[in-house]
Amino acid sequence: MSVHEIEVTINGKKYKEQVESRLLLSDFLRETCGLTGTHVGCEHGVCGACTIHLNGSAVRSCLIFAVQADGQEITTVEGLGEDGQLTPLQKNFIECHGLQCGFCTPGILMSATDYLQKNPNPSVQEIKEMLSGHLCRCTGYVGIIEAIQKTVEENSNHVRVER
Amino acid sequence: MKPVKFDYYSPKTVDEALTLLEEAGFDGKIIAGGQSLVPIMNMRLSSPECLIDINQLHDLQFIEFDSDKVKIGALTRQAEVERSDVVQKHLGLLSEAVPFIGHVQTRNRGTFGGSLVHADPTAEIPLSLMALGGTLHIASKEEVREVNVEDFFITYLTTDIMPNEMLTEIHIPIEQERNGYSFYEISRRHGDFALVASACQLTIDHLDRITNVRLVLGGVEATPLLIEGANEWMNGEVLSDSLLQKVEDIVDEMVDPESDIHATAEYRRHLSKKLAVRTVKSAYERARGEANERS
Repeated sequence: MSVHEIEVTINGKKYKEQVESRLLLSDFLRETCGLTGTHVGCEHGVCGACTIHLNGSAVRSCLIFAVQADGQEITTVEGLGEDGQLTPLQKNFIECHGLQCGFCTPGILMSATDYLQKNPNPSVQEIKEMLSGHLCRCTGYVGIIEAIQKTVEENSNHVRVER
Repeated sequence: MKPVKFDYYSPKTVDEALTLLEEAGFDGKIIAGGQSLVPIMNMRLSSPECLIDINQLHDLQFIEFDSDKVKIGALTRQAEVERSDVVQKHLGLLSEAVPFIGHVQTRNRGTFGGSLVHADPTAEIPLSLMALGGTLHIASKEEVREVNVEDFFITYLTTDIMPNEMLTEIHIPIEQERNGYSFYEISRRHGDFALVASACQLTIDHLDRITNVRLVLGGVEATPLLIEGANEWMNGEVLSDSLLQKVEDIVDEMVDPESDIHATAEYRRHLSKKLAVRTVKSAYERARGEANERS
């Protein structure tokens, strides 16, 4: 067994902690840092609830050890909005009934945020393929897809206005 | 805590990683993307005593065009391969196959080399590499040796790599002649393990006659199944219904799939035949430069 001291930047704030090598990043975020917005479902990379951003890319935090995050930058759902304001994507999840129980929501928000940055104009099929990495047992995905589509439309309108 | 206790090392150079591997012997295990390893550790199906994390070996993360081949570093993320212009231009088969691997979120972390050394019989990268051909560079403290992809996969989850060795880079030749490729996969849901997958890479001459063909099936054997001898009866031929019938017959003879909870052996056999025909046809049409509307 090995214990390691790690320094991780989470949502812009530095955390310096001692971790056992086998501690998963998902458990580190929730239990060591108290950031319980990251949800833990299947714990083997299938459900997508624990998705976070590691150096700007959406990944499963249950498939990374906390010790591997040493020196890296992490964003969790708590870090999405600024100054207590929701992002347009988050607002559209409310608007379009993109959530019910909310268990899967943080993971989907993290994936969709990263995805839209890299693919600003996805088709419905592409949105569905991105969502295939997430399990939601309440909404049937329709509201989630609408919320993402609405965000895409709003973004492209902004671009048009700016031009 | 889910996994059992283990020692963790994060080497900064390939040499340091190889020294650690040598010292750890059979107890050591390399972790890169961890998208297959960590789930089985979380479920305690695997309990390595020592994990050597190679994520800091940035020298192994690259995609490089080099006149007649493309070089890919073992640590290159699957998502980087998916988005690479070099891969898109020269290794279309890979561009087509990689989106079938898991999900966006696992491809962001999972690596090209990791998929090869894990050697899941249904995995897309081993299948594609078998169709493209190429060499794997395997390093130990003593030497770097090159292994042809045909000799790399031994059986389920087992490759030619020894405990003191690691995969560093993969060289894939670029086809110079008129060529086409195709990849198809059938799974229960998008991102699930393939029931059967098929990959084809072929070249044709100025009269549209086949000059070289590599047809590979995944999910039907312990390792990607290269339809050997295909060149003997396909070279010099123009695509025809009777040739496609022959593809179907030969595949029927060569595959011996197993039944499991996801599909019966009979269904896998049926898929093998139909996907093989579909990939050959589609690769040929691409080589001729025809519009290729995919269903």
